[in-house]
Amino acid sequence: MSLETTHPQEVKQILSKYPPEHKRSAVMPLLYLAQHEAGYINRDAMQDIAQLLGITETEVASIVGFYTLYHDKQEGKYRMQVCTDLPCALRGADEFLENLCGRLGIRIGETTPDGLVTLESVMCLAACDKAPMFQVQGPSGIQYHENMTVDRTMEVIAALKRAGREVK
Amino acid sequence: MSHVLLRHRDLPQINQLQVYRNNGGFEAFRKAVTGMKPNEVTEVVKNSGLRGRGGAGFPTGMKWAFIDNKNWPHYVVANADESEPGTFKDREIMEGNPFQFLEGVAIACYAVAADTAYVYLRGEFWDLAGFLDQKIAEMEAAGYLGDKLFGTNYSLRIFTHLGAGAYICGEETALLESLEGKRGQPRVRPPFPPAYGLYGKPTIVNNVETLTNVPPILINGADWYKSLGTPDSAGVKVFSLSGRVRRPGNYELPFGTTFRELIYGEKNGAGVQDARKVKAIMPAGASSSLILVNGDDKVLDTPMDYASVRTLGADLGSASVIVLDDTVDIGWVIEKTIHFFKHESCGKCTPCREGNYWMLQLMERVRSSGSQADVDLLAGVARQMQGKCLCALGEFATMAVVTGIERFPQDFTKAARV
Repeated sequence: MSLETTHPQEVKQILSKYPPEHKRSAVMPLLYLAQHEAGYINRDAMQDIAQLLGITETEVASIVGFYTLYHDKQEGKYRMQVCTDLPCALRGADEFLENLCGRLGIRIGETTPDGLVTLESVMCLAACDKAPMFQVQGPSGIQYHENMTVDRTMEVIAALKRAGREVK
Repeated sequence: MSHVLLRHRDLPQINQLQVYRNNGGFEAFRKAVTGMKPNEVTEVVKNSGLRGRGGAGFPTGMKWAFIDNKNWPHYVVANADESEPGTFKDREIMEGNPFQFLEGVAIACYAVAADTAYVYLRGEFWDLAGFLDQKIAEMEAAGYLGDKLFGTNYSLRIFTHLGAGAYICGEETALLESLEGKRGQPRVRPPFPPAYGLYGKPTIVNNVETLTNVPPILINGADWYKSLGTPDSAGVKVFSLSGRVRRPGNYELPFGTTFRELIYGEKNGAGVQDARKVKAIMPAGASSSLILVNGDDKVLDTPMDYASVRTLGADLGSASVIVLDDTVDIGWVIEKTIHFFKHESCGKCTPCREGNYWMLQLMERVRSSGSQADVDLLAGVARQMQGKCLCALGEFATMAVVTGIERFPQDFTKAARV
């Protein structure tokens, strides 16, 4: 079903930000909207957005492929993205991620058996003074978790699990 | 001294409209719109010596004066894509002192006669974008944004726009492509954005910190601003300090403060972790040349301004100071930076796209079973990438590699022996 049918208000609000003759600018916010529910963007959604904006599906797909926060495959409900760039690594981010992998029993890029969390190693998140840190990308957007330990991360995961149950 | 930019450190409630207004907020914008011509505003900013805080250090007033007045409409875009490893200042400014930033955007708009501005935030600043939307709505409700401001004919709207995870979108023409709904790949320049920017219209792109400087400059005057800092680098700067220091964080200091004061000052970095020695400094994040320190007092006593840092064979850039102590292997550092740039290369220019790939492979080989010949080859690949790409990313990717091999050769012979 089209975003225009499922989220008419949001689509209207997004389009109102840009000049009508340049509505292609809305492609990124619309992709976030499409990704919101399922956690990834499928072919149908790309087709829908292409039609809404008068561009080709290939053009939409090229945006999805170019930017790292868009996903075209289903993974865990939440993506836990640990920054391991230089400044974070100087403050123990690599060891943190390794220990977290050990605790969760998964490797980087894998998902916990319950399908809740996919663990990823990502580039700088502009929180270099608060490492180790990660962001959680999920249905309610993106949240930062800073100055983390493995124990506190396990608490974050437990909270995500509880939140998931409440939604059901 | 109280803060000019990080004012929330002195007044924690300044992110509330009422508190901001009670402390002189929006007076600069009112003064501009009701009492100054746009080019007079530009003139004050020009005279203040304010230079772009995103890394290039280009004079802000001069950029504004380049706006093409024969082509309309005009746009202002605030670059809030903050993605350089080691940089985390714009986020704190927008979270702590959002109205001063937004007032700076508004004044820039008035100065170049733009009636629409976009704040382009990196996608990870999801919550921050929502926060700014709320602040923009409060400004609209209070009559600081919208139609016929302060009883004049001037109207202005500001919108936020989220990127989606791409370092390259911090480059201004890639940012504009992204804002137009395309892949974030840099344009061929010239023409520059003040002539051909968003939707092909004259556009001023300024960094968040740059714009946040504008309201106090308009209120206190160009001479006041020049009295802070050094002749070549006027004003204050937010230094993002990270790496092996005891107190990492943002520190607002006048240009010309020494590395020693930033790293060792009790109110600043408070010294190196475990009381180790500083081995190297990267003054501009992952894009930096590596400054050799190794206990050299002359280096630590160098003032941090654009010209002085250049005498050390590096650029101050965005002043994202990463401190490396004497336990850090420079080969490891370079592997990290190459990994970053390989991931973030947009793929448009072959030397950057392929060169980063080669550099990473070579570096991995040097660190496992490599030889001096591989170290030389790595340096050669890096040098051949220089000056051959459309934007600075291709250049940045080579800085740590070339200077690391040149200034810390022992770390590479050691790596080669492993």
